[in-house]
Amino acid sequence: MADELTPDEALDKIDYSPRSASEPSNWMDTTKSVQIRPGMYCYAAKPESVETLGLPNARPWNPIEEDWKLPENWQEILHNGIKERLEKFRTFKIFMDICVRCGACADKCHFFLGTGDPKNMPVLRAELLRSVYRNDFTTAGKILKMIPGGQRIAGARDLTLDVLKEMWYYFFQCTECRRCSVFCPYGIDTAEITIMGRELLNLIGLNIDWIATPVSNCYQTGNHLGIQPHAFKDMLDFFVEDIEDITGVDCTPEYQKKGADILFITPSGDVFADPGTYTCQGYLILFKYLKEKYGLDVTWSTYASEGGNFGFFTSHETMKRLNAKMYNEARRLGVKWILGGECGHMWRVIHQYMDTMNGPADFMQVPVNPITGTRFENAASTKMVHITEFTADLIKHGKLELDKSRNANRIMTFHDSCNPARGMGLLDEPRYVLENVCDNFYEMPPNTIREQTFCCGSGAGLNAGENMELRMAGALPRANALKHVHEKYGVNTLGTICAIDRAALTTLCEYWVPDVEVAGIHELVGNALILPGEKKREEDLRMEPLPGLEEE
Amino acid sequence: MNQRYLIPLTAVFLLFLIAYAGVEGAGLQVIFGVVFPYVAVAAFLIGFVMKVMGWAASAVPFRIPTTCGQQKSLDWVKQNTIDNPNTAFGVFIRMVLEIFTFRSLFRNTKAAFHRNAANRLSYSWEIFLWLGALAFHYAFLVVLLRHFRFFTSPVPGAIKFLEYIDGIVQIGLPGIFLSGIVLLAAALFLLGRRIFDAKVSYVSQAADYFPLFLIIGIAATGIAMRYFTKVDVVGIKELTMGLATFSPVIPEGVGGLFYAHLFLVSILFAYFPMSKLMHMGGIFLSPTRNMANNTRAVRHENPWNYDVPTHTYEQYEDHFREKMIEAGLPVDKKE
Repeated sequence: MADELTPDEALDKIDYSPRSASEPSNWMDTTKSVQIRPGMYCYAAKPESVETLGLPNARPWNPIEEDWKLPENWQEILHNGIKERLEKFRTFKIFMDICVRCGACADKCHFFLGTGDPKNMPVLRAELLRSVYRNDFTTAGKILKMIPGGQRIAGARDLTLDVLKEMWYYFFQCTECRRCSVFCPYGIDTAEITIMGRELLNLIGLNIDWIATPVSNCYQTGNHLGIQPHAFKDMLDFFVEDIEDITGVDCTPEYQKKGADILFITPSGDVFADPGTYTCQGYLILFKYLKEKYGLDVTWSTYASEGGNFGFFTSHETMKRLNAKMYNEARRLGVKWILGGECGHMWRVIHQYMDTMNGPADFMQVPVNPITGTRFENAASTKMVHITEFTADLIKHGKLELDKSRNANRIMTFHDSCNPARGMGLLDEPRYVLENVCDNFYEMPPNTIREQTFCCGSGAGLNAGENMELRMAGALPRANALKHVHEKYGVNTLGTICAIDRAALTTLCEYWVPDVEVAGIHELVGNALILPGEKKREEDLRMEPLPGLEEE
Repeated sequence: MNQRYLIPLTAVFLLFLIAYAGVEGAGLQVIFGVVFPYVAVAAFLIGFVMKVMGWAASAVPFRIPTTCGQQKSLDWVKQNTIDNPNTAFGVFIRMVLEIFTFRSLFRNTKAAFHRNAANRLSYSWEIFLWLGALAFHYAFLVVLLRHFRFFTSPVPGAIKFLEYIDGIVQIGLPGIFLSGIVLLAAALFLLGRRIFDAKVSYVSQAADYFPLFLIIGIAATGIAMRYFTKVDVVGIKELTMGLATFSPVIPEGVGGLFYAHLFLVSILFAYFPMSKLMHMGGIFLSPTRNMANNTRAVRHENPWNYDVPTHTYEQYEDHFREKMIEAGLPVDKKE
């Protein structure tokens, strides 16, 4: 765990030259010696969480025990599972066949850069599964395994228990960030392979609890954190009180309001955990402003109270089952379109999957911003708009009155979240908003931002407490770039548009760059936005004195 | 000792010897000069088509391009139309650049960690893999096209022109074809990288070394025939034209080296469809590159989309109704 390993000790372990002379020459001979080590793995899914959705093979089990209590025919289940997915996903089939192992992806992975573990090279992570594929599904593999030594020539191996354990360990050391895919000459996407790998592991009940329990909560209660409707309202009420203390304006939101213009959905992390809560207050202030000034009617929903989707880290089917709420609720409430909050993987799901899975959303209208008249043609079918697209449009048309000086103490940089960057391309909208609400903005080095951004190290369901060593190792490349601008420009705030980032980057900063804080973009919007009838503000949303008003 | 490259190296040597000895010792010209080439080309064509059809038969359930630049959103936000295309034309440009210039590989960087006071992770542009790969593929293409001189009569002007360009650097006689030299050099570079770069070496399998040794063998035998051991080109053309016109003949006076060269080429053709060399076909079908990033604008259909059980609002309200009423949240049914 990180509290046992200091940053210096973690740095001492980094070595990018993978093979030592004493090791076997073929990585396949190292499988038996893989140790599932505390600090690097997440606890097994609790059976009751797996049962909520009726997912297969729920049982108590422990990754570090010898016996994983697998169903008797687990190899058959996986074999059939691979076969089915090869037919259902062209990505999977092609990515199993065409990798040439050129190694371009090897040092692009934050987990490889942070751990030096060669099995964290994206190519090798995929080879864990590919070696089994070659053995059981290719003509060459099937022929070669009949002759002695042929398996090795084919680079193939049987799906043994050791192989399974190795796969489990490393598919839960991938955050599906897609950075490797940017550099791959064939566009092979390790996220896609990890998605398949995890989907297969779920067939035999091998999920981790940090994913399975949020999934169960989300299904039943409406959000990952299991916040019940009255508690959800209590939390927002609490923010409303705080905002009223700071601004003197009552920003009470609407809930489940039928016939509202817009349904707003954001990750529940924003309602629950600092510093996401300040971003949430930013949303409340923005919606109050738009209601007062322009009569825009935005509603929240306690039923669809989760933007995120940990089903995405379980299986395509689970993703679809959790995501269904968004359209269901929009249909029930009769809103014109949906607005989505700041979140990473939520937006990959919405942008690349939602309409296909749960659409067509023909009961809504093509999103139009009634204040500016802008038609969001890029969301014409899915009918869901990202809040930074929405706010950027408002600012561009001069519809928001902003006082940048209230963020003058923030020297900002911006962390592109993996999914909006590489699964969507939402890069300049948040930057535009940022530059309009604060004065000091410095980019991190070009190899670490935009489509080349580094993951926080905790995405894809890995932001648990028990795997802190892994998380902090994976966080190193991001932290290193942050430290650079912190030292060079005095950057003191890391802006981001992802709820997992807001939690994970905070831990990252505490560990690697202690003087930097993390803030959502709409926290800064909330600070800068001048509400009609507000009192003279003396504090920001964190209830710290505004710049210039600090007591000496 | 490393069996991952010693076995493929030995295999290529053996293949060479089998053909050489088979022709020089056992007189199996017909086997190596006619039967194997036909079988190999047939295996290549059938295997290639079947592989691609196999991929095409798999569904594309979701539109999941990897976006490498700014999306198309608001009118005034400048889109990166090449790396994040939202139209078919944009995808076409992205694919052309990917296929002909290896655009993604061009981005390649090399990471280094410096354990000192600053503890910097640094990333430098790593151009050599891109250069080596580009040189290798284009040299291979030129060599392949040049060989059409052996299968056409009269030789088309385009092939002659290509030869002229390829031979523009003249040092002595016979004139040097740059492509052959570049092909050999690039293949040796890629091989060296595989052996000496610790990361690449770690992931490499026999299947990575075998085609490299095979291509090095092909290039080396070809170069040997052209520049060192003089072969009977007229006889060879007689044989190749016989193959091309489906009236095979075995000319006199063509030595074992040529048959060994031809046999290695035959092995490469036959091996191609069942190997990683199929990246040549796969790159065209890679869904992260060949799809437009417009999923929110235009709905993508999943051919196997099926209904799933969900937790409905009614179930949710039934579960929480009292708490919702107490908290003042709107409900559909009051009791």
